Amino acid sequence: MPTPLTRTLVVNGQTRTVTVADDGEQLLYILRNQLDQRGPKFGCGVSQCGSCSVLIDGQIRRSCQTPLRTVADGANVTTMDGLGTDDSPHPLQRAFIDEQAAQCAFCVNGIVMGAAGWLQQRKDSGVTSVPSRDEVTAFLSGEEPGSDDNYICRCGAHLRMIRAIRNAAEEMLS
Amino acid sequence: MTVNEISRRGFLTGAGSLAVAFTLAPAVSERTLPHAAGAAKEGLRIDETAADDTLAWLVLRPDRITIHSGKVELGTGTETAMSQIVVEELHSLMQKIEYVQGDTRVTPDQGVTAGSKTIQNGGPQLREAAATAFQALLGLAAERLGVPRDRLVAEDGVISVAGGHRRVTYESLLAQADLVLVADPDVPLASPDDYRIVGLSHPRAELPDKVMARFTYVQDVKVPRMLHGRVIRPAGRNARFSAIDPASLTRARAIPGFVEVVQRGNFVGVVAETEWAAIQAASPSTGVVISWEAGQPLVAQETLPEALRDPANQYRSVEVVGVGDVDAALPGAVTQVEASYFSPNQMHASVGPSCGVADVRSTPDRKTGVQATIWSGTQDVYSLRDSVSSLLGLPLESVHVIYEEAAGCYGHNGADDVAGDAALLSQAVDRPVRVQWSRQNEHGWEPVGPAMAHDLRGGVTDGEVVAWEHVVCTPTHNSRPNSNPGTLLAGALTGSLPAALPNNPGNTATRNGPVTYAFPNSRTIGKLVRSFETTGPTSGAPAAPLRYRFLRSTALRSLGGFSNSFANESFLDELAAAGGVDPLELRVRSLDDPRAVAVVEALRDTWAAQPAGGDGLGAGLAFQQYETEFAYAATYAEVEVDAETGVIRVRRVVVAHDCGLIINPDGLRHQIEGNVMQGVGRTLKEEIHHDSRGVTSVVWEQNSFNPTPQYSVLKFSEVPDVECILIDRPDQPAWGAGEPAIGTLPGAIGNAVFAATGKRVRTLPMTPDRVLEALRA
Repeated sequence: MPTPLTRTLVVNGQTRTVTVADDGEQLLYILRNQLDQRGPKFGCGVSQCGSCSVLIDGQIRRSCQTPLRTVADGANVTTMDGLGTDDSPHPLQRAFIDEQAAQCAFCVNGIVMGAAGWLQQRKDSGVTSVPSRDEVTAFLSGEEPGSDDNYICRCGAHLRMIRAIRNAAEEMLS
Repeated sequence: MTVNEISRRGFLTGAGSLAVAFTLAPAVSERTLPHAAGAAKEGLRIDETAADDTLAWLVLRPDRITIHSGKVELGTGTETAMSQIVVEELHSLMQKIEYVQGDTRVTPDQGVTAGSKTIQNGGPQLREAAATAFQALLGLAAERLGVPRDRLVAEDGVISVAGGHRRVTYESLLAQADLVLVADPDVPLASPDDYRIVGLSHPRAELPDKVMARFTYVQDVKVPRMLHGRVIRPAGRNARFSAIDPASLTRARAIPGFVEVVQRGNFVGVVAETEWAAIQAASPSTGVVISWEAGQPLVAQETLPEALRDPANQYRSVEVVGVGDVDAALPGAVTQVEASYFSPNQMHASVGPSCGVADVRSTPDRKTGVQATIWSGTQDVYSLRDSVSSLLGLPLESVHVIYEEAAGCYGHNGADDVAGDAALLSQAVDRPVRVQWSRQNEHGWEPVGPAMAHDLRGGVTDGEVVAWEHVVCTPTHNSRPNSNPGTLLAGALTGSLPAALPNNPGNTATRNGPVTYAFPNSRTIGKLVRSFETTGPTSGAPAAPLRYRFLRSTALRSLGGFSNSFANESFLDELAAAGGVDPLELRVRSLDDPRAVAVVEALRDTWAAQPAGGDGLGAGLAFQQYETEFAYAATYAEVEVDAETGVIRVRRVVVAHDCGLIINPDGLRHQIEGNVMQGVGRTLKEEIHHDSRGVTSVVWEQNSFNPTPQYSVLKFSEVPDVECILIDRPDQPAWGAGEPAIGTLPGAIGNAVFAATGKRVRTLPMTPDRVLEALRA
């Protein structure tokens, strides 16, 4: 029988308590169905496309493969819904609009949240340069050491997304 | 829909509005317009007698402009481009125009949104409607200002007396307007020389909502009392339901939130209070376990090239184009060449698996008469309504289909099928049900773009192509929903037969089979392959019970055009090489349409600077006029072939593109880039794998659960640089740009591989194995 679980999460800065009947329920469904988040999307359920990406305590996580029991009580969860506001969009959100870096935009959540976590981690580890095109594509293709997480865009906005990420990186570093 | 219904919804509210009726059909329909014209004359009020559900409406009010349109946004930016067209003719400021679209109760029936046709077919009519509204505004201003209309000038939503100070705003005119008009086909239009809005790269209207996570996709639709459903598909395309394991059913019933297992024939689904419970209930490791009886095996994947060519699998042969006498001319050609090509089954592979929500009640709503409401990412709300109506056994009027945008579909994917699933489940449990397909459902069961086999023969004499023959063997490229319940997967699984296969491949399977080149002797033959057992050797009608030979196939971006152009453009290159002619020269020499020549010529400088070739680096060209009638595209591709690994890397792509008047250059570039990326992926990587039962490539990448080859698409590290050469023709109609370029990619890449290595890869996708095999040959 499944084990019920109640967890308190800090979602985009707000404390939210959720209860599930099965502690194996993936975070994605809790975010979308209990917490009304629209950013994280169901894309594959097997951690191969990135559409469900969120940040948990600053780390990029694929919420379709993150059972609630593995999320610490009090964890900070950031979704694209709370990444920026209309008055103050995140540099990546602004850059994606400026570059018109999407068609259907279903994959944008993954690419924006992945890039947000990745750029922040680069900055935190002391890298002060704007990533090169090859560095951005290696990240998005799961070809960096230590991660094989690929991000899929099916409409073909790749070149615009790469430009947008580099532009946002420049802003985030300045 | 009746106009009265629209009225009730506050669309034609009398004072304070100016409404113009128009049709988005390809040609202004004489069948529909006189009704509205009559109504317009009879007191400028639309009433029941004017009811016609094929009309679209442009409605101006002081505070907003609304278009009631049957066309839907498919993530391609058409809303923004259509707004630009309207604002231009109105001489107003660029503003976001409100679209009421894709709703069987409030928008007109304008057929399917597909085939790169929204701008092409809708643009001119919308332009006339806006110009008609503008003329009406001028008339109102002349009256208000007491001057003849030829003394008035309009700019940015203000009409002024030329050379004077007196002016009036559209807002103030519209506040007192009470007009219902019909778009005038003879209305004066803004001159392209004066365009201020059309031709500018206005940003996409809906993109900020998407990037700020505010946008409602069909996946985000929630309705009161909604349950979650999941489907459990048969163990094979032809497998038949046998039994539900009783112990597993007991286990499923114990899942907190479990509601029901629904089984109708071969259709099985589960319904639960939460999405997670539905997922658990549908999983054979935690929920119900179904046993299936094996059915007739599918044609083996490795034998597809022969099977498609096997007359026993064909029900019809059609000569699509015949010019001159190929049989007489070919033997006389100095150089004669034959070659065969093959492309595999490919998927739409939307990044968001299909999702639909249905609310099917036991009785019709007393006020509206609606009994079933469907939220769907379909390309055609009306056809889906008709199919759901027959699937559920409900009258047409009682089914209401509402379009909500889904992830990009690139043709007829699972969007309609999942709506049928949701409808069946909702009807069974008498509650609204949202069905989300898993990735494995989507990859495993979406209707596919079919495999195609091509045999070409041709001859060259003195640097001219003197004979050309293309025989293409292909299953259908169009099995979209119609009123037949079997055109939905849920209908087929519950025992309805799909529609008969087409008698004529015309502009579907043999799209871009015929070439634009003016060869003196040319023939295109389509051999139509039966997807399933039919009622006789020359019949396309399904035999009962339904047994598939090949995967269910349908419209995937550019339909047969992708593979047909691959064969044509590769073969033309083979003729060029055999005849000792430069590939660009042979194309220019063989084209007699100046616009076709112009796109090829636009690549001349790039072509002249191409790598020398032969050392693993090479460039290739391809040309295509979409549907041999519309937009022209010529493509240059530069590749690097790794002789050790067989990996092809496409480094650079240049597309020269002429789709007539350009409404939004950046939107156009974006469409071309999308065509390039999908075209490269379909050329190098994409191939559906299946065994005798069904599809085995059910996720994106191989993993421990799916150790065989999976359906992989282009990765960020594999994308080429893309340059677009846009040829604007302001005096020509604006043609669609969603599909014209994709067909040039496989030919250009294959020809570049030939230039780089001296070897041809005639089978898609050009995987490392196939490249190594070609290099060894």
